[in-house]
Amino acid sequence: MKKVLTGNHAVSYGAMIARAEVVAAYPITPQTQIVEKLSEMCADGDLDARFIKVESEHSAMAACIGASASGARAFTATSSQGLALMDEMLHWASHARLPIVMANINRSLGPPWTIWTDQNDTISRRDTGWIQFYCESNQEVIDTMIMAFKIAEQVKLPAFLTLDSFYISHTSEAEELPNQKLVDEYLSKYQAETDLDPTKGSPAYGSLTTDQWYFELQIKMQRAMEQAYDIILKENDLFEKMFGRSYLPVEGYRTDDADYVVFVSGTIASTIKDAIDRARENGIKVGSAKVRLFRPFPKAMIREMAKGRKRLGVIDRNISYGSEGAFFTEIKGALYSQSEHPEIHGFIAGLGGRDVTVDSAYEMIRLVVETSPEKDINWQGAKL
Amino acid sequence: MVEIRFHGRGGQGAASACTIYADAAFRGGKSVQAFPMYGVERRGAPVQSFVRLDDSPIRARHNIYTPDHVIVLSETLMNTVDCTAGIKAGGTLTINTDKSVEQIKKERGLDGDYKIFTVNATKIAVELGLGSVTSPIVNTAMLGAAARVTGTADIKLLMECVAESAPSKPEKNAEAAKETFEAITV
Repeated sequence: MKKVLTGNHAVSYGAMIARAEVVAAYPITPQTQIVEKLSEMCADGDLDARFIKVESEHSAMAACIGASASGARAFTATSSQGLALMDEMLHWASHARLPIVMANINRSLGPPWTIWTDQNDTISRRDTGWIQFYCESNQEVIDTMIMAFKIAEQVKLPAFLTLDSFYISHTSEAEELPNQKLVDEYLSKYQAETDLDPTKGSPAYGSLTTDQWYFELQIKMQRAMEQAYDIILKENDLFEKMFGRSYLPVEGYRTDDADYVVFVSGTIASTIKDAIDRARENGIKVGSAKVRLFRPFPKAMIREMAKGRKRLGVIDRNISYGSEGAFFTEIKGALYSQSEHPEIHGFIAGLGGRDVTVDSAYEMIRLVVETSPEKDINWQGAKL
Repeated sequence: MVEIRFHGRGGQGAASACTIYADAAFRGGKSVQAFPMYGVERRGAPVQSFVRLDDSPIRARHNIYTPDHVIVLSETLMNTVDCTAGIKAGGTLTINTDKSVEQIKKERGLDGDYKIFTVNATKIAVELGLGSVTSPIVNTAMLGAAARVTGTADIKLLMECVAESAPSKPEKNAEAAKETFEAITV
């Protein structure tokens, strides 16, 4: 069944059909609608979950950690400053190997105070040990909600998905709502490995570990991330068979015969398709590649996508201050070990919600096709 | 692709109107997208919201700068906001006012390449008991006007969506859309 819903309500609906058992969240613009809807769903009995009211995002994640450790499927949603406040608990969740799922609305960090989109809130959570998915449409949001639980629970790592503030969160479009029976078949009940019931003499969680084991536990986390990459591919295959939609970690658009490829994430990955079509009409062999997965970083697919191209471009809606765009760094890193090194442009666009139109995407494509890169940051659409 | 811009005031329901309109067009077989331009606006401040409609999937995810159609929920918005900005040549401008097209053209010096329509949605809303006399709810009435002028949504589907979305008085809201639809001749 297709229904017109906002991106925020797609998140709430996703949590409902994934049968989240504990929801602990604190409202923040532009995420508030997610929490409102989930509390309604719990109150109406549409979602059989415990809704825990908390006084901060730090507590929201702490509640999710407790719930997940005791065997419940836990979910939360936040944005920007809220995600930043959660930081300590984000590390706790991944080190404790708890498959919590979170939706984050990509909203710029203040000050100056802002509610509009860019990816710095999640890019700066790079090393928290969370799997990170960047979505381009409402449909992708709802589908990723279901897949994220299944992937996270297999590798015992937490996962979050992101959606652009307003361009997805408050945008209504028609979405296919996955059938509950099929979802139940795809995603069975979460079975925790541990049981924190004190009456059963349960083990402690997170007690002191000296250098005798800490190093090896870190290696295990890295291996789980590497394993997550294979599981993401496997689960996508199954999802496609059951639901008819596919989301690869790197997804090419008109790249088969392309001499030039532009890598991009979030909603710009959607907008740029109209610009690619325009360039193709003008006889330019160019394609775009959406990078949906930031952790684990899909190096193999990036290398495959870059192979044999004349020149590449990367559009970042984020900035690592003192360096460059985060996806730009990652993509160059993935290509370093390869024998070919096509020239590569790094663009930064759309910070703080600055609009990235089809025209501005076309201009970036034109620069990739016609020019050699001269600097690591090419600011697009900025008043310089 | 058809792009529509709604001008309203915070609390007037311009954003909800766009979602309802998109839903009706979707039920009529269109690809749709509806979104508000979000400021941190307070009640009464000028706001805008948008609808995109197409026969193929919509991929552009950015604001609308050159709408085909503009719907103005209350004429006084035009005192402070340039509601005609960017209207495509041959487009339309539909205003909720008690004035005639000729009168409003003259008073506001509207001479662009777009067709103007006026409708007294406030009167219709008041008569149907939507909101109060001092603060009538006109968003559902203006949806009927939008359907008539832009020809992009079926009035029956629109009335159905209005009735489903209205927090109270579903029939009266649907009736408001029907009355403006019938009041305008294109």
